[in-house]
Amino acid sequence: MALLQTTDVVKRFGGLVAVNKISISLEPGRIASIIGPNGAGKTTFFNTLTGIYTPDEGQITFNDRSLIGLRPDQVSERGISRTFQNIRLFGAMTVLENILVGMHTQLKQSALDALFRTKRFHDEERDSENRAKELMAYVGLKNVGNQLARNLPYGGQRRIEIARAIAANPALLLLDEPTAGMNPNETADAIKLFRRIRDDKGITILLIEHDMRVVMGISEHISVMDYGEKIAEGTPKEIRDNQRVIEAYLGREAAASMD
Amino acid sequence: MKTFFTELFKKANKGPWPLIITLSLLLVGTITVYQSPRSLTAFLTLMLCPLMLYFLKINSKVKLFIGLLLVIVIVPVLGIRNIFYLEVIFQMAVFAALALGLNIVIGMAGLLDLGYVAFYAVGAYTWAIFGSKQLSLLHSIPGAAPAGAAFALAPEWFWLFLFLGVGLAALAGILLGLPVLRLRGDYLAIVTLGFGEVIRVLALNLDKPINLTNGPQGITPIQRPPLPPDFILDPIRQLLAPVVGHAVTDAQLYNVFFYFLALIVILVAIMVARRLEDSKIGRAWTAIREDETAAIAMGIPLVRLKLAAFAAGASFAGCMGVVYAANRTFVSPETFSFLQSIGVLTMVILGGLGSIPGVIFGAAVVVLLNIQILQNFSLYLSELRQGDTVIPIINFAWKNLSNQLDPAKYQKLVFGIILVVMMIYRPSGLIPAERRQRELAEETE
Repeated sequence: MALLQTTDVVKRFGGLVAVNKISISLEPGRIASIIGPNGAGKTTFFNTLTGIYTPDEGQITFNDRSLIGLRPDQVSERGISRTFQNIRLFGAMTVLENILVGMHTQLKQSALDALFRTKRFHDEERDSENRAKELMAYVGLKNVGNQLARNLPYGGQRRIEIARAIAANPALLLLDEPTAGMNPNETADAIKLFRRIRDDKGITILLIEHDMRVVMGISEHISVMDYGEKIAEGTPKEIRDNQRVIEAYLGREAAASMD
Repeated sequence: MKTFFTELFKKANKGPWPLIITLSLLLVGTITVYQSPRSLTAFLTLMLCPLMLYFLKINSKVKLFIGLLLVIVIVPVLGIRNIFYLEVIFQMAVFAALALGLNIVIGMAGLLDLGYVAFYAVGAYTWAIFGSKQLSLLHSIPGAAPAGAAFALAPEWFWLFLFLGVGLAALAGILLGLPVLRLRGDYLAIVTLGFGEVIRVLALNLDKPINLTNGPQGITPIQRPPLPPDFILDPIRQLLAPVVGHAVTDAQLYNVFFYFLALIVILVAIMVARRLEDSKIGRAWTAIREDETAAIAMGIPLVRLKLAAFAAGASFAGCMGVVYAANRTFVSPETFSFLQSIGVLTMVILGGLGSIPGVIFGAAVVVLLNIQILQNFSLYLSELRQGDTVIPIINFAWKNLSNQLDPAKYQKLVFGIILVVMMIYRPSGLIPAERRQRELAEETE
């Protein structure tokens, strides 16, 4: 049974068909990737999954329930968390608070609990703070809990974003170019982290990536997009040998001259 | 210059110095205000005392004691000697509550609201309509009130209306919030500005077809809540009379009463603001301010939280509106002009967006500037104008100074200058907002 299933999802912007009949099926516990040249519609596809855009056609089901028409916060509540291509942290909040915001849907406290500082409020705040500290250690953030998120270096900010996303206890984690701008060492660490997240926490991961070392190294399943369409899917090995994929990346003539 | 002050501050904040500074300010301030109740310098000296109390490092029990002494004993006594000071502090508290409310909307949730004073108006008119004779004048022409009209409610109802004002203003906040949810930035500012004007114009024109607000003339008299019974007041009167040097009238007691009432409201407001800020709701508001898209992707329902921000912010103003109407016994649409909204915005920006101590300080500074410092300066100039003195070098007689140059008329100019200067040189305000620092075990290792 698939965790996430999309059927012929279409998203148009005026005359441009950004996402054209994309059908993918994601088994629980997998690490899968979507790759494709710039402008292929990968991020738009993510945005239709998370409710930022409503697809013009097609079906999206998650745990056998339709996601069509849900707002992004409702999608998040169903168990899909995401990170962004260009890091979107809450810069003026501390690292710890960023992670606490990620737990928003998990917290049961009401405004009245907060105003009267009930036992439930204190218990929940203490527990969530402890969980946030664990998460910081888990993604490898040390001694930065009280710093403002915007003051951290790039790699650190990427880690906060991931910690914030898994703070929501998602079933599915969507990562939009998570290693963009990282050096080879940082990239290797990131790959290890993604594997750990899947292995320890059982979170299914779907990622968009440009860096082929990352994609080939980590993915168990790859879908390739070009001009809004899915042109291939399969295991890393199958994709590496796929003629259409090579053409899409290198151009038809270059690919032909390679033969 | 800047380093000089930080060094000075560091030196003053060590050992016995904080206590010495605070106590001497308290002592000198109290004595000088007592001796010369009209001196501005004396009053400002006394006002420095709570500021030092906030900034300097003193044992918190000692702090609390000095604070309570100042608030419960010294200020009321001095205030009865010169009732104007109680008025100044009352206004500070009113505007501090407004600034705290606006701070929730702008500072925490990042929703620029230029019509905030509308909620103040809702609160004020709520008690004005029900606490005056207006309900029995609904069908009479404004200004031609028949004699013998009766008050609709007994003055004790004030206490219930204090809470009703909160509720109605919160409702108005939600009503404003609904249409503007999709708007951001400039667009939001314009719509809220319009909303503020709509409420004011409604107050101005709802004298027909039924006379609800009495139009531009405003509603008066509005009842005040009754003072405590005589068996409580008599000992206080007897105690105070020798200290202040004359018999204490009921009007003066009312001033003290409203001083304490405003103080209680402001304390509750501070507590509510702080507790909301440091909870799931407050964090969600700040997240929305920082990045709406990321916030919603984290599962934060934008609609509900934005409405909550408008409602919470508005409720502070609604509560103070009720207090204000009872204090003045008069409300008119003029009080709730656009300039008033800008005034509150100035306080928030001067003090520090998102900073609770900041906006209270901002409110205190702007109120002092407006009703004391500029007024005093005006008085001084008009004295000079009546004398025969001449400015030496340019040979200009003070007598010829134009009336247009009356500093009390500079209010708008001062607001403008404060906003421009702050935005350029200190955009985070005089007391910038700070995030709560938590204990992190890993950091002690």
